Amino acid sequence: MSEPIEEVQDAPVQRLERGDAFLDVRDLKVHFPTDDGVVKSVDGISFQLERGKTLGIVGESGSGKSVTSLSIMGLHPPGVANISGQIFLDGQDLVTSTREEVRLLRGKRMAMIFQDPLSAMHPFYTVGTQIVEAYRVHNDVSKQVAKKHAIEMLDRVGIPQPDKRVDAYPHQFSGGMRQRAMIAMALSCDPDLLIADEPTTALDVTVQAQILDLIRDLQREFNSAVIIITHDLGVVAELADDIQVMYAGRAVEYSTAEDIFDRPQHPYTWGLLGSMPRIDRERTERLIPIKGTPPSLINVPKGCAFNPRCNYAHLNGGASETDRPELLDTGNGHLVACHLSPQERQKAWETDIKPKL
Amino acid sequence: MTTTDAEETPVVPKIGEELLSVDGLVKHFPIRKGLLQRQVGAVQAVDGLTFNVTRGETLSLVGESGCGKTTTGRLLTRLLEPTAGKIVFEGRDISHLSEGRMRPLRRDVQMIFQDPYGSLNPRHTVGKIVGAPFRLQNVKTEHGVKRAVQELLELVGLSPEHYNRYPHEFSGGQRQRIGIARTLALRPKLIVADEPVSALDVSIQAQVVNLLEDLQEEFDLTYVMIAHDLSVVRHVSDRVAVMYLGKIVELADRVSLYEKPMHPYTVALLSAVPVPDTKRKAKQERIRLQGDVPSPINPPPACRFHTRCWKAQEICKTTEPPLIELKPGHQTACHFPENVDAPAAKAEPAS
Repeated sequence: MSEPIEEVQDAPVQRLERGDAFLDVRDLKVHFPTDDGVVKSVDGISFQLERGKTLGIVGESGSGKSVTSLSIMGLHPPGVANISGQIFLDGQDLVTSTREEVRLLRGKRMAMIFQDPLSAMHPFYTVGTQIVEAYRVHNDVSKQVAKKHAIEMLDRVGIPQPDKRVDAYPHQFSGGMRQRAMIAMALSCDPDLLIADEPTTALDVTVQAQILDLIRDLQREFNSAVIIITHDLGVVAELADDIQVMYAGRAVEYSTAEDIFDRPQHPYTWGLLGSMPRIDRERTERLIPIKGTPPSLINVPKGCAFNPRCNYAHLNGGASETDRPELLDTGNGHLVACHLSPQERQKAWETDIKPKL
Repeated sequence: MTTTDAEETPVVPKIGEELLSVDGLVKHFPIRKGLLQRQVGAVQAVDGLTFNVTRGETLSLVGESGCGKTTTGRLLTRLLEPTAGKIVFEGRDISHLSEGRMRPLRRDVQMIFQDPYGSLNPRHTVGKIVGAPFRLQNVKTEHGVKRAVQELLELVGLSPEHYNRYPHEFSGGQRQRIGIARTLALRPKLIVADEPVSALDVSIQAQVVNLLEDLQEEFDLTYVMIAHDLSVVRHVSDRVAVMYLGKIVELADRVSLYEKPMHPYTVALLSAVPVPDTKRKAKQERIRLQGDVPSPINPPPACRFHTRCWKAQEICKTTEPPLIELKPGHQTACHFPENVDAPAAKAEPAS
């Protein structure tokens, strides 16, 4: 792919210098060639994350959230995805590293919590064995010591009777306990970067609350950088310092959590906020859905990918249908990819959107 | 859609009239072991539910997974036969009707399923799927089945041209609409919707929620909604029943349940809902429930919530609290309810 190289040079203009941040993703593109055409799952996203901070990535299914995290972890099978751009983890570029180099980083430097712990854990091995295995890859210790560590970790994430449970198989755990066990596994080597991909989507709300508290406590303790990927705006509001809203493989808005919830700027973010019923506000008679459906990633709409579903696309004199808006700073580090002029956006937010939320 | 009107009109539906009543509903799934398949225990999925559904309302059943809400839905539609208790639909006891006797009633009681991928036959066209109820129930349509199906498709926001397509050509939200069109084909009176939106994206979820509300208004539908998302439940329901381990612990109208929940479990559930507001993060005090829901094979005695309840005392372990009306229209099964006005509070037994 030749075009990404040109764009990499553009990217630093709106971004900080290389190596400033602990995790620095620059113009990441992940394309999957298929028989029907190229699926542009991630099409040029950039973000940075410091240790001790949490980034929330929000978007609907197919917006590229999970593909982004899998590329950071180096989990795309070789030859399947075309990955371009750069991912610096503490200065090391993961895209150009060999698989073996990335493998050594996994577990110690970065770890991941998957959405579905039943399929992410091996059904044939006990929970303890799986934690021990990960721990012994990075620490030269005996099995006994590693097992003791596994028991400590299970205790740390709140599994009752950890010394007995360590010898149980994943199917003997309930959903919430499995998720805890996976968190224990992910944290067994104190990773610097923790990626949680929909960590609570499969869980009940009381268990979800326990898991969110757990992630927050553990982050404080280990000072990890955390990326939390979810479609639930409530969950990111709980955890995230910064939020990136994704649509059709690109970031459409990026800012602090406060800004995203109090002063959202992109029509898609407005749509997301209007779509969800709020338990903390007066009940509205009707929800305000986003019309239409998310686009196919093989055939992303020209111009702004959101334009067919956007209520404000007509205000831009046709620019929405032809030019792809860049992610630009509108002040205070609030990045928005939208053609609307600041005045129009302000007006739409104040008059149309805010009163109805 | 003028097909089934003739049969429905004799009974003029009145809002507020009882459509369905459930009394002491129990469903135990036997656990069998050994050569003789002797019963060694039972999963007490649903253990004594009593509630009514009035015409035109939306009653939601909420609770964590394993609390028996889906089993209840399947009992109401008689996809399962209850172990004990009575289900009365329009004055008729349907608890133990045979398959054949139940069939004519199926047009009045329909179901929307959670998974829009698993609930549509991939080898059938949309036309065949949505038209199936007409064929199965032998309903004559005025302008033919195709026309009726196309009208249904338009009704749920799909285009009539989708008639000859297959389910895989549609997105999750569109599939859910196909399922809803099928459900509506025979103009049911009661729709049991089992997590109708939980598999959908947020923006699509809102479309389907709005669609369900519009259809309710247009056809005087009565919904029993099974859901776990408390924000969605608050938006759609008139009354809400909170279930825990096969029992209803609280049943109240929406406003009273969300503003003044009485059962500690409801209080904990509501406090656990993540709120999309960063300012609430700091001050929000959350009740952290410990542990998981106990197994319904061997549920705790007396009050089933006592193992996780922070207000539990001796009496909770020995005496089961009955589901009683503490306030008009607000039933709670708890010895030490929250949010009770002083005079209305029953004498709390000392322990």
